[in-house]
Order: sequence, then C-alpha cells, then structure tokens
Amino acid sequence: MKNIKFILFGILFGIVLSKAEIISWYRIYEMFKFQSFHMYGVIGSAVITGMILFYFFRKGSIKNYLGNKIEIEPKKKGFSRNILGGIIFGLGWALAGACPGPMFIILGKGAMAIVIVILGALIGAFLYHGVKNKIPH
Amino acid sequence: MDFILDPWPWYVAGPLITFVMFLLFYFGKKFGVSTNLETICSLGGAGKFNDFFKTDWKKNSWNLLFVVGLIIGGFISSQWLTPNETVAISQQTIQDLSDLGFQNAGAQYLPDEIFSIETMFSLKGFLILLIAGILVGFGSRYAGGCTSGHAITGLSNLEIPSLISVIGFFIGGLIMTWLLLPLIF
Repeated sequence: MKNIKFILFGILFGIVLSKAEIISWYRIYEMFKFQSFHMYGVIGSAVITGMILFYFFRKGSIKNYLGNKIEIEPKKKGFSRNILGGIIFGLGWALAGACPGPMFIILGKGAMAIVIVILGALIGAFLYHGVKNKIPH
Repeated sequence: MDFILDPWPWYVAGPLITFVMFLLFYFGKKFGVSTNLETICSLGGAGKFNDFFKTDWKKNSWNLLFVVGLIIGGFISSQWLTPNETVAISQQTIQDLSDLGFQNAGAQYLPDEIFSIETMFSLKGFLILLIAGILVGFGSRYAGGCTSGHAITGLSNLEIPSLISVIGFFIGGLIMTWLLLPLIF
C-alpha cells in the first residue's frame, strides 16, 4: 500500500502534461518545425530546474525520505546505442506525436487509436531485446 | 479557476515536471517511463520467448502504478480541467499542415487524420500508428531512455550519453517532420 503514492504522482504528471498541451500531436510537430518556443520552454525550464535540484542532491543538502544521499544512476555509455536508438525514437516521436508518458495520458483521455501505438511500443521493446546482441551499442 | 482551466504556460509546466521528478527521487525511485514497456512485456508473458523478460516485475510495480496514474490524470484533465481543447499553434504551422492535408489543425489536441476511429481502422492509418509505436518502443530501449529518462533526467545530470540521445531524438524527429511526413500524407 505504501506504493499508492506513485499513482498520485502519475496523476499529477498526467495533468501537467495534458494542461500544458505536451500530449498534443500538434505541439510536437510545431517543435520540430521550429515554429514555437512552447516545447523548448517546457523541456528547457525542466532541465534548468532539474540541474539545480541535482546540484543539491550531489551536495547532499536534499536527502531522500530515509535521510540518505540521493544517487542518480549513470546512463549507459556507447555512442552507437545512444545516437541510433535516439534517431529511431525521434522518428517515432514525430510520427505518433507522443513519447511513452503521453501515450498513457492520451489513453486516459479516451483516444482509442493510441492503443495501437502502445501495442506497437510494447512490440518495439520486445523486438529490441530479441536483436540487441546483433546491433551495435 | 481560469488559471487552471486555461492552457498552462511552459514556465509552469517545466518546473512541475521537475517537481514530479523530485518526488520520485525523494522516495528512492527514478524518473523514466519507457522502462514500463519492458515491465509490461514481462507481465504479458514475454519471458517465454526471451530470458530478459523473466524478471520479477513486482520490483517495478511502483512504476506501473505511476503509469496507472498517468491514465487517470489524462482522464481527469480531459473530463474536468480542459473545457476548451484548442491548441494555440502558430499560423505558419496551421498553414504547413493544411498543405499536407490536415484540416482544422489545432482545433483539438489530436489530428483526426491520425487518431480518428475511422483512420485507425484503415490499413494505412493502422500501420502509421503501429509503426510509430514500434519506433518509439524500440528506440527508447535501444537508447536506454526516452524523454523523461534522457532529455529531463539525463540532461539535468549533465550526462553525455543523454546529450547524444537527445541529439538523436532531434535528428530522427527532423527527418520525420521535414522529409517523411510530406511523403506519408
């Protein structure tokens, strides 16, 4: 039951991404067309405030609920995996107008077509683990 | 109430995204949605085909609950918090989309040309949705993260792999938007 709070955090995140129109296909299209500052402002201000937050994590002045230092697991290194995986993801992001979080928010909004996108994303994750030993990382 | 019911500006959304990230780290977790794709595969029995998915999905159950929250949040927002679904995209964007055959761009969150039930049940429409999903799912797990894990967490943590991934996101997104969408539509 102690995990119920994560539902609340999800609800908050879902409302924020809905209300700021980040789940709108048009906002993603407009971003890649460089025709609006909106998405750059969202991601940019999240990253800048995130940098400040992580600075306090590293300094140890913000600790976790147990009073321990908050460590952030480093991302997996490898140029190929990051650039190629990134490009493949970007192609899908611009076509669906949705990344993994927004997919589920759009589902809650009631747009049934997103079920196909989510199904595709599950197939994609499954396929990756089928071929990961054969592709460069 | 207007400030809640009107669209939220970027400078409200960005810091709130970081606040959610803070809550997750504060409670000993991390901020990454695409991991759930693997967890759902495990739940669905993908372990029968690939040992990778023979993991204990319960250790990621907190993240699945986060996804349940996303669905509820999307529902609450669309039912009660968004009386007007017009998206104020730029005139140029509306014009460009009109040239591609998208009618009434920005009149609602999602274009009928991709998301209507009618489109979903056409062969082309179905394939567009499915392929878009496969690319997102494959790419995010190949790169080891999506917008939350790489663009927000990774860049905030000054991670070079995340910077490379985000550059990849943009290369892919620009190719799709500028070169492929005009061929598809």
